[in-house]
Formats: sequence, structure tokens, C-alpha cells
Amino acid sequence: MIPQYDIQLDDRGRLRHFLTIDGLSRRLLTEILDQAEGFAGVSEQRVKKVPLCRGKTVANLFFETSTRTRTTFELAAKRLSADVLNLNISLSATAKGETLLDTLRNLEAMHVDTFVVRHPDSGAAHFIARHVAPHVSVINAGDGRHAHPTQAMLDMFTIRRHKGRFSSLRVAIVGDILHSRVARSQILALNTLGTAEVRVIAPRTLLPADVRTLGAHVFHDLAEGIRDVDVVIMLRLQKERMRGALLPSEHEYFQLYGLTEERLQAARPDAIVMHPGPINRGVEMDSQVADGPRSVILQQVTYGIAVRMAVMAMAMGAPPRDAGEPQDE
Amino acid sequence: MNDTPSITLRGGRLIDPANHIDEVADLHIADGKVQAVGAAPEGFRAEILLDASGRVVCPGLIDLSARVREPGLEHKATIASETAAAARAGITTLCCPPDTDPVIDTPAVATLIRRRAQHLGHARLIPLGALTQGLRGEQLSEMAALKAAGCAALSNAMAPIRNTLVLRRALEYATTFELPVMLHPEDADLHDHGCIAEGRVSTRLGLPGVPEAAETVAIARDAALAEHSGARIHFRGLSSGTGARMLGRLRFDNPRISADTAIHHLFLTEMDVDGFNALCHVQPPLRTGSDRDALRDAVGRGVISALCSDHQPHEPDAKNAPFQETAPGISGLDTLLPLLLKLVDEGVLDLPDAIARVTSGPADILRLPLGRLNPGAPADVCVFDPGAHWILGADTLASRGHNTPFMGWEFRGRVTHTLLDGRIVHSEGPLP
Repeated sequence: MIPQYDIQLDDRGRLRHFLTIDGLSRRLLTEILDQAEGFAGVSEQRVKKVPLCRGKTVANLFFETSTRTRTTFELAAKRLSADVLNLNISLSATAKGETLLDTLRNLEAMHVDTFVVRHPDSGAAHFIARHVAPHVSVINAGDGRHAHPTQAMLDMFTIRRHKGRFSSLRVAIVGDILHSRVARSQILALNTLGTAEVRVIAPRTLLPADVRTLGAHVFHDLAEGIRDVDVVIMLRLQKERMRGALLPSEHEYFQLYGLTEERLQAARPDAIVMHPGPINRGVEMDSQVADGPRSVILQQVTYGIAVRMAVMAMAMGAPPRDAGEPQDE
Repeated sequence: MNDTPSITLRGGRLIDPANHIDEVADLHIADGKVQAVGAAPEGFRAEILLDASGRVVCPGLIDLSARVREPGLEHKATIASETAAAARAGITTLCCPPDTDPVIDTPAVATLIRRRAQHLGHARLIPLGALTQGLRGEQLSEMAALKAAGCAALSNAMAPIRNTLVLRRALEYATTFELPVMLHPEDADLHDHGCIAEGRVSTRLGLPGVPEAAETVAIARDAALAEHSGARIHFRGLSSGTGARMLGRLRFDNPRISADTAIHHLFLTEMDVDGFNALCHVQPPLRTGSDRDALRDAVGRGVISALCSDHQPHEPDAKNAPFQETAPGISGLDTLLPLLLKLVDEGVLDLPDAIARVTSGPADILRLPLGRLNPGAPADVCVFDPGAHWILGADTLASRGHNTPFMGWEFRGRVTHTLLDGRIVHSEGPLP
């Protein structure tokens, strides 16, 4: 497939929008991770701010509710000294007649430099990026089932911090791959970064068609799928999947795909457990695992700020920042 | 000069697939009818003599599915704008699906559409009557009255008929009046709000996919009911290779089953949707390269006996939204003949067979006395210059809908004259 996503890069190959992992090079993804290393220190300073984006305005444009993602984007922008505008646009308001394009034009008139967009439609971020003025950047904070690239990059950051190189790693992603923008972006990022093996583990009803073409090995059995993996990524299961005949019950799902301490024994002894949150305890995983020593779920949240600072700084054209003093975990 | 002058089209390559004619011959027309091919009838005197040398002269094209958006959606297009566009594209007959607003489920709407087109005089517009009232798939429409009002066939447009019993009875009732029924083969539950083909592209883009089984399940069900009822059914718009192969077997057993495909399905695939290209948002969705090749094969062998534009003009805003929110459909009148000639260039079928798919093929499906140049038949004629090369641009589009993914494509073949009932309804440049 020929990637058509060069819309993300400017004519010198630098990040202009961040819409999807698809089509981005290993060099660019590594640059994001390296920059994020530099920013990880900022949050631990007494004054948690750098003046890289002073005078810039970031609009968080959320057409879908979200607490964690919006908050970490807001913190990331503020720590870069940008001004932040939070807009929760309920879809009922746009349904009243204002098109997405109208909403956008209005905000552009307020001289916003960066749009951080979450939208229930796949491709919404691409659509917006195609229609904004040339100086405006768009960062995808999740569009439909398509992509959630900053989440994937914070996951890559977490994995790199714990495991170092990707080339020797086996990573398993467990759960509702079909509806997950996070899983799509993770699979693409893991493959671009040279991960040895990416596995997806789910029943047939929760796997998209031809999922292998994304670059993942398919397993239907959890015990078999997590054998000898270095990283286990659990996905959130929406309750509405019980309707629509995708799954019989949460009970059976947990029996088959829920992660417990016992099942985790099959993974490598130093395997880490991740989850993009929010967790359904007792559906995707036991509390014991979620709060256990192998869980890095809260670190993911912390690192999310550094990674989003890196992406925003790069897209807004701020000069690269050196990794400062080494940071403690 | 009276309204229907006598005309001789001289020295063109005359292709009339229904009569197996492909030779350089003159065509003589008077009183709105074909008078003769070859030598002029005794006493024939042409008031207009058109030099057709170097051109192809063939029956006017028949398009089994073209939305003219009137009544109800005049912000997209009108009968005036689209029938004029049809004339420029060499299309003399358009079949208009019933999903207008109001729906064509009463004789009044059918008559309104027909009369309006007649009054304008650019092209023949044949309304397709609704199979069920309001296209709701519940109650039968007044089929006898619709037929009397000029509906040549019935259709439920893109709306599903979920209830198999309703479909059985609709087919039986339609057969009472010998009306063919056009069916859009798509199982509504399997379709499940999909907007592109289920497969690697839907997976990568995270767009809900329509599985191939949505088409094949519907074909199997509808064919079983056709067999049972003896109805003439026509599958409007195949999209899958499996569907095309099923059709080959079904037609072997039941010649009362036919099918067409939208011509863009022979050129575009799911890959063209990549990058969320809303211009390639169509229903049924574009599928894989092997589906496209299987459809081409079925068209070449005549299993698929008609090609149509599936013309769906839209205003620009209809395509200006995230992919799922955009309206499906391509504005296709302008590209029907040019794409057909591309099929010839690419060796899918020869020119006479290609012309058959848009003339006698669709006419036979609807059992219309059109699409052929028999003496006494209505003089609907298309004359085109097969060697003229041009590039599709906004300035060359005749349809009001500019929603085409073929913008910028280079084509050959330009319609120089179109005749409807013996009247010149389009001519490039001044008349001699």
C-alpha cells in the first residue's frame, strides 16, 4: 500500500501535523521519543515550565468526552508556556447545522496555532488538517477507530524506558482490536520501530479483517499468546460490545481473556503490563495485576505529558531540546 | 426546418450491436425514426447532411441508474441540468431511481418527472417506480398505476427489504404486471453501517467495513425468490468477484436474472479510498483489485450485460466532512462513454461489445424498443470522435455535480452529436 499521509510532513520532512503513525519513518518516531526524554525532566523541576511555545495558542477540540487525554494535552501545552483553549463541542451542537468546517473557520479566526482534535469519526483529523490554514498544526488525539498516535508514542516511550531496544522484544496486545484506535497505532509504531514480534490476542469477533496485513501475529488463546512476551498491553473493553452479538458476556470474556497473576506467569519474568486506561477491573484484568509490581499503567500517564510536549513542540516548530540530566524512574 | 428534420449521417463507422452491424455506412433518419442503414430509401431527401467520417455512429446510450435529484434535492442537480449533461455525453435514456423526495411511489410523481423531461427535450427520462411504499419495505406500491404512468421497472433504490415475505410478495405482484424488478443486492444487517469494503484498507483506516457476504447473501436470497416467483429480477450494481461468479451460475439456470455494475467499479479499488478520499465513497463500496478484475471478466463475457454510470451528483458540501459523514456517490454521466472506451483500450472487450453494454444490453433488461438502429426504431443516436483526447476538468464537466474521482484523467473519445427521436439535442460546434 502506498501511504498517502505525507500531509503530516513539511517539504523538509519535519513534522507538521501528527495524525497517524502510518507512513512515518523510524527516524522520526525515534526523534519524538528522544525529544520526550528531554521533556520528561521538566515535569520534575520545581518550575515545571519551559518557554518554547510562549505566545502560541493551542485549542483542545474535543468532540468526544475524555478526561485523561485532554488533561495531559492541556498540561503539556501549559508546560511549553502556550496558551490553552479547551473546547468540548458536543455533537448535538454541530448537529444543529454548524458543520465541522464552520466550527474550524471560527476557531481559525481566533488565531489558534495548534488544534488538538478528538472526534468520533475515523479520518476526522485528516479532514481538519486538509482544511486548516498553512501555519496551523493538527494533532490527532483520537479519531474513531483509526488512530491515536500520541497514545501509541507514550506507550513506545514507556516500553523503551523499561526495555531499551525494540528489536529483541515480543509484544502482545490483548482485547478489542477491532474497535481500538490505540491498537492500530501501537501495531504500526511497534513495527516501524523494529519490534521482533507483535501479537494480537482476541476472539474472532474482536479482530478486524486481514489484521495480519497491519503486521501482527494472531492468537485466539491468551495462554499461548502471552508465552514469553516482554510486554503485555491490555485494551479496554466497552460494555456495549455485549450488545451487537460480539461477545456473550463480560464473565466469559474475563474467563478467556482477563489477565490474572497466574496467567501472567507464562510471560517473561520481567514482562511489563500496560493499559491505555481507564481500566475495567475484573473485565480486562485483575486488580492484583493492575496494581501489581509489573504494572506500568500510571507511568504511562506521566510519560504521556512528556511525549505530548515533544509532539507539540515539534509540530509548532520549536527548536529541538537536548535531553537534560538523566532522569530517575 | 421543422422539429424533426430528415438527416443523413454520412460515412461514419456505424456500430449497432443488436443487429451485428459494424461497418462504414450511412444512417438515414426522418420523422424521428431510423429510416435505413446503408442506401437511402427511395425518395429520401436529407434536409441535414452530417459528415460522420472518422466518427463512430451508434445507438444513444441507455443508463440504468442516474439520479437527477428532482424532485426534492434541487440543490444537488435538476432534471434540466442532468438531462442536458446526458445529451452532451451521448446518453439518450436515463432511468431515474425512486429515491427522490417525494419518492416515486405514486403515478403523480412518475408523471411529473417524465413530463418535465419531455418538455425540456434533452433526454428520455424513465422513472423507476418504488417497489414498496415510501421505500420502507413494508407495503406494496401501486405497481399497476406506476406502470401506467410510465415506470419501466420497479426498484427499492438503496433501501433494504429486510422482510423476506414482503419481497416474495412484491416480486409476485410485480410479475402479475410483467414489470422487471431492480434489486440492490445488500443484506442490511451485514451492511451494518459500513462505508467501505471490509478488508485491509478498512482495517488500516479504522472505517467500518461492508463484508462481501453482504452482497452474496442478498444475491442468494433474491435469486431463490426470483426462481420461486418467476419474476424478472435485475441486480443493480454488483461490486464483488464472488457476486459476479454467482451471477454466472444463476443466469445459466434462470435467464430471467440479469445484472449491471457501475462503471467506476471497473476502474477503482479500495486502495483509492486510502487517505480518506471521500470522492471514492460509494455504495456498494469499491473492493479489491481481484474483485475489479472479476467484474471486468464478467462484463467481457456478457454475464454482466449492462454498465451504468450510477450517476449521483452532489453539492460540494456533501463531500466536505470526515469520510463516514460524506454522502456516497460519484457524478458519472460525463465519464460513462470515456471510461467505456478505456475498457476497450485495455482489452476488456471490443468496441461493439462495449457499446452493447450501454445500449441493447440495458434496453433488453427493461424490454425497451431502444438501443438499436432498426428501421422504424426511435432515432436515438450518439456520434463520437474516437480519436479526440482530452482531460477531465471542472470546466469540461457538464453535470452540475463535480464529485468525481476521475478529475485530471486523460480520456479519448468525444461526443460530437446526440440525436433524440431524430432531433439534434447536442452538437459540438455549429451545424453544417
